[in-house]
Amino acid sequence: MKNIDSYTHVRGESVYLDDIPVVNGTLYAAVFDSPVAHGKIKSLDIREAAAMHGVVKIFTAKDVPGDNQIGGIIPDEELLASTHVHFCGMPIALVVAETDEAARVALKKIKVVIESLPVITDPREAKEKGELIIPSRTFQIGDTINAWHQCEYVFEGRADTNGQEHLYIETQGAYSLPQENSAIRIYSSTQGPTAVQRTTARVLNIPMHQVEVDTTRLGGGFGGKEDQATTWGVMCALATYHLKKPVKYSLQRMEDMRMTGKRHPYSSDFKIGLNKDLKIVAYEATFYQNAGAAADLSPAVMERTLFHCTNSYFVPNVKATAYSCRTNLPPNTAFRGFGGPQGMFVIEAAIAKAADALGISASVIQQKNLLQTGDEFPYGQKAESEANECWDKAVELYDLEKLQKEISDFNHSNKQYKKGMALMPICFGISFTKTMMNQARALVHVYTDGSVGVSTGAVEMGQGVNTKMLQVATNIFSIDPAKVKINSTNTYRIANTSPSAASATADLNGKATEIACKEILKRLKKVAAEEFKTSEENIDLKDEWVYANGEKTMWEWKRLVFETYFRRISLSEHGHYTPPDIHYDLKKEKGHPFAYHVYGTVIITVTIDCLRGIYEFDSVKVVHDFGNSMNTIIDIGQCEGGIVQGIGWMTMEEIVYDKEGKLLSNALSTYKVPDIYSVPKEIDIHFLATQKDNLAIFRSKAVGEPPLLYGIGAYFALRNAVKAFNPSADIPYDAPMTPEKVLMSLYHPFKK
Amino acid sequence: MATDLPPGMVLLDFIRYQQHLVGTKIGCREGDCGACTILTGELNNDELQYHTVTSCLMPIGNAAGKHIVTIEGINHKEGLNPIQQAMADAGATQCGFCTPGFVMSLAGFCLDDKPATKENAIASIDGNICRCTGYKSIEKAAVDIVEKLKDKKEAIPFVTEQKILPEYFSGIKERLQRLRESINADTLKDVAGIKETPHFVGGGTDLYVQKHDEMKDATIRFLLHQPELNGIAKEDNKCIIGPSATVSDLLHSAIIHEAFPDFHRYAKLVSSTPIRNMATIAGNFINASPIGDFTIFFLALDAQISLTPNPSPGERGKRTLPLRKLYKGYKQLDKTPEEHIDKIWFELPGKNTLFHFEKVSKRTHLDIASVNSAIHLKMNGDVIDDAGISAGGVGPVPLYLQKTSEFLKGKKISEEIIHETIKTAQTEISPISDARGSKEYKRLLLRQLIKAHFLKLFPGILAESVLG
Repeated sequence: MKNIDSYTHVRGESVYLDDIPVVNGTLYAAVFDSPVAHGKIKSLDIREAAAMHGVVKIFTAKDVPGDNQIGGIIPDEELLASTHVHFCGMPIALVVAETDEAARVALKKIKVVIESLPVITDPREAKEKGELIIPSRTFQIGDTINAWHQCEYVFEGRADTNGQEHLYIETQGAYSLPQENSAIRIYSSTQGPTAVQRTTARVLNIPMHQVEVDTTRLGGGFGGKEDQATTWGVMCALATYHLKKPVKYSLQRMEDMRMTGKRHPYSSDFKIGLNKDLKIVAYEATFYQNAGAAADLSPAVMERTLFHCTNSYFVPNVKATAYSCRTNLPPNTAFRGFGGPQGMFVIEAAIAKAADALGISASVIQQKNLLQTGDEFPYGQKAESEANECWDKAVELYDLEKLQKEISDFNHSNKQYKKGMALMPICFGISFTKTMMNQARALVHVYTDGSVGVSTGAVEMGQGVNTKMLQVATNIFSIDPAKVKINSTNTYRIANTSPSAASATADLNGKATEIACKEILKRLKKVAAEEFKTSEENIDLKDEWVYANGEKTMWEWKRLVFETYFRRISLSEHGHYTPPDIHYDLKKEKGHPFAYHVYGTVIITVTIDCLRGIYEFDSVKVVHDFGNSMNTIIDIGQCEGGIVQGIGWMTMEEIVYDKEGKLLSNALSTYKVPDIYSVPKEIDIHFLATQKDNLAIFRSKAVGEPPLLYGIGAYFALRNAVKAFNPSADIPYDAPMTPEKVLMSLYHPFKK
Repeated sequence: MATDLPPGMVLLDFIRYQQHLVGTKIGCREGDCGACTILTGELNNDELQYHTVTSCLMPIGNAAGKHIVTIEGINHKEGLNPIQQAMADAGATQCGFCTPGFVMSLAGFCLDDKPATKENAIASIDGNICRCTGYKSIEKAAVDIVEKLKDKKEAIPFVTEQKILPEYFSGIKERLQRLRESINADTLKDVAGIKETPHFVGGGTDLYVQKHDEMKDATIRFLLHQPELNGIAKEDNKCIIGPSATVSDLLHSAIIHEAFPDFHRYAKLVSSTPIRNMATIAGNFINASPIGDFTIFFLALDAQISLTPNPSPGERGKRTLPLRKLYKGYKQLDKTPEEHIDKIWFELPGKNTLFHFEKVSKRTHLDIASVNSAIHLKMNGDVIDDAGISAGGVGPVPLYLQKTSEFLKGKKISEEIIHETIKTAQTEISPISDARGSKEYKRLLLRQLIKAHFLKLFPGILAESVLG
């Protein structure tokens, strides 16, 4: 089934935040943000700006009626800076004007004097200075200290990954409208409507029931609108609260890039030990997460780094410690993979380092250590592994041996062009690692004409969750898709939602929808059973007809619905779902945090132009564990998109801050994401279809985040290609591998 | 339609916030994402031609006399047109925000007179960024559309008959002809009478990135459609380029194509289709970026320019200078605010002339160079008679490498000479570290691009020896 939104998408008729028709009297907001990364506010002069033509009001921290606090996990982030600024781009004042233009002109007239304080941008420096967001955490299995002497080979090193800008094409934004009795409706481009609602209530000191947040769809999220969309919703609501006027703020791209956090950069140390059979015996890693200036989601992101620090491998002795380091960058936040990719990169670097030193292909070590079912992760959960199935299938289906030979032949006969290849097995846990968040609700109404309205806590942001919800409802009722409408995500219809994140949105909300639909179906069947004088088990609904004892009856779907209504039986249901068996003990750092894992293997091939240092990816060949995919078009789309985003992170996407914490890659002209010419020439995706039982909706495994991990293979393929040209190249494990880094390592050391 | 809004306002704002046509999206406002792509139709020698443009960088002053088509203008009343159907069927739309831009670019492809090949279809969407799909599904849709165009001869009758685009497109030519007659008398008011010095706007593709806020209410003299500032002509052995000629105009010019058979390859490395449709050569010179691709291209050819003050005093106030003399320092020009370029010319390459252009950027396409370079060699047998070599991104201004060019004169190419050339070039540059790379990288990269020039121009040189 095609994405149900594609009709309005291709006609340009889908409605995003900035497309909502504005009501009369709407005012426009713009944020005045800190020009320096760390300092004490000595004075803030808004008089001239406030007196400008069209300016209605300028709000500062003093105007916050409740708690001037937007920190979700830890209350450590002010909505508007009161006394100190902690990063370049930290909001200080909110200008509200009659036009967008007037608001922006006024921004330039605000005068702030800030006494500069020392700026930290490096996470290791932050750790040295004791600047930690939360105490460090350590995951441990076995005993690494006593394991080293069992190792034939031990290697140590450092691996760094840079951040990544989400670059959702629709920038952040919100639009708030005053309602009667001081209630506020906020249209928000958010992955987490409840977060916007909760934080608005806190900041304005009003009950949550006064705040209605409505989200129709996002023009991309990728994690960037999970927590960080909240700020803009609250800003607009603050102005609406004071002015009793509709207030809109749709961020300009440069505002968005400089004021919002990104994927966390990490700097890490590793130590890996292997026995003579190349089994990994011990692994230690220390992760320094660059959290930025406030917690945001960093503690949770850090946790997932630890969960995924051994990727798809079984390692009997592991000790992994992570530090969430406070720096003077915008608070870094969720981004597809949520810390997992950063953790996996490090063990892949460790394996590559070992392979280099031993003069073998990394794939030999990778293959020997893949998880088997029953193997224990460092956090105690036992694997139900598809790792070997995916790997073996990829090796066979794509003929790894032949590929390796082709590359080796090519490299022998070419000087200017060199090819490199890497394999990357992946393993990603599905569930929010905060157990409490694994719950969802759906509200299903069947109307008397037989049409169905479904509301859930899921936010559509391109991942196709609306289509999957619709499939659930149509499947259970056996009705035409045209009869089902998926409504906007609204906190008045569905309360206390978890954000659309962790790849778990379709699972959680789909199951809740399933529960609600099945409950209604039960009532419908009961009515039919009474009518056709049989038992409910003998009633079936098929293609909008009622069957009794296998015989088609005179009742079609619409009649059944109406008869049920006529009997004063409810045609609505609110379904609640929470996955079973999920638990985690934070004290022991052990438990069963994931409903299931997703596995896969990729083979990536790249060609470098060794004259210019530029490169092209020849192919990306994947075997991916989809479970029993409920929508292959959508799932392939998620896979391809995730792969390309992952490759972008590992190659051209380079976030640059200067030492003063100012973002240099602050626009699309200086921050490059993949374009149509830079994507791999070929992406093959093979479905590893499994019929095994799992906790996914219709056994169709979550697909949002895992494919991004394949992109990590791009880094190692590039590295291998560079080595083919310059075997003595000393290439630090430092992603992204930009054309600059490629050229510099091809010709290292360079003398002018 | 007519409007009293300031002509410096960008079309995107006019479309979304005045006309409330919200299918055209805002992604970046600097021509780098393509979400705001629209079509402009104009009469060119009585031929109706459509181009894609990014409406975020196009002032409404440049829309005068044109047919402006947004996504709403290519929708059938109900259902999907074949472009849209192909996108939907291929799963080529996820969050949907970039989608109208892709659809418009593909509509531009359908209206283009270029052959309907896959390569051209992909080229038509080279300015559209999608963050969701990874493009593979979009490629699939593009191939599907190519298939639907295989019998295309004349674009407009074909696309209307095949119901690819709405029927009204067949009447546009006539409407534009009538419009042209009616606005001739009362065209955009020239600001000659205004005392304050106007901003000169060509395509606006750089100006509207750099000075977006300032331009809306600025006094502007629009140069793009001045007939005397357009065209590409050959006079004796000279090529004369109108300063308002766009990159796409150069791409379509037989003169340019004959002089530089690889021109389309070079141009493919420069921005994107919609930007090339707007960006002018003079604009590239005057924005004074140290890394302007066409500045580097024409510097190597030792192109000459003529400047004229505004209002034009006739031939008397004009002056000419070599392009390389235009640059005084970072973003500083030997040009008064009143002056604009009225002519560009260079000596056409002869039979014995070799020319090559190189560019490397973080992303190969739709990106600003880390370093670019062009070389121009006049050969006498195997001896270099005359040489010009330029380099961008390695100094405060686009550089004509004077000493290196001098050095090459009279030389025969050898490994040793290439080595010496590189050494000389390194003494002429002063790169700085920025978002486009470290200064060490830029030095290394220029070395490599010089090698690339010689490897390309002298196929006898073995890559083995030069690659080192």
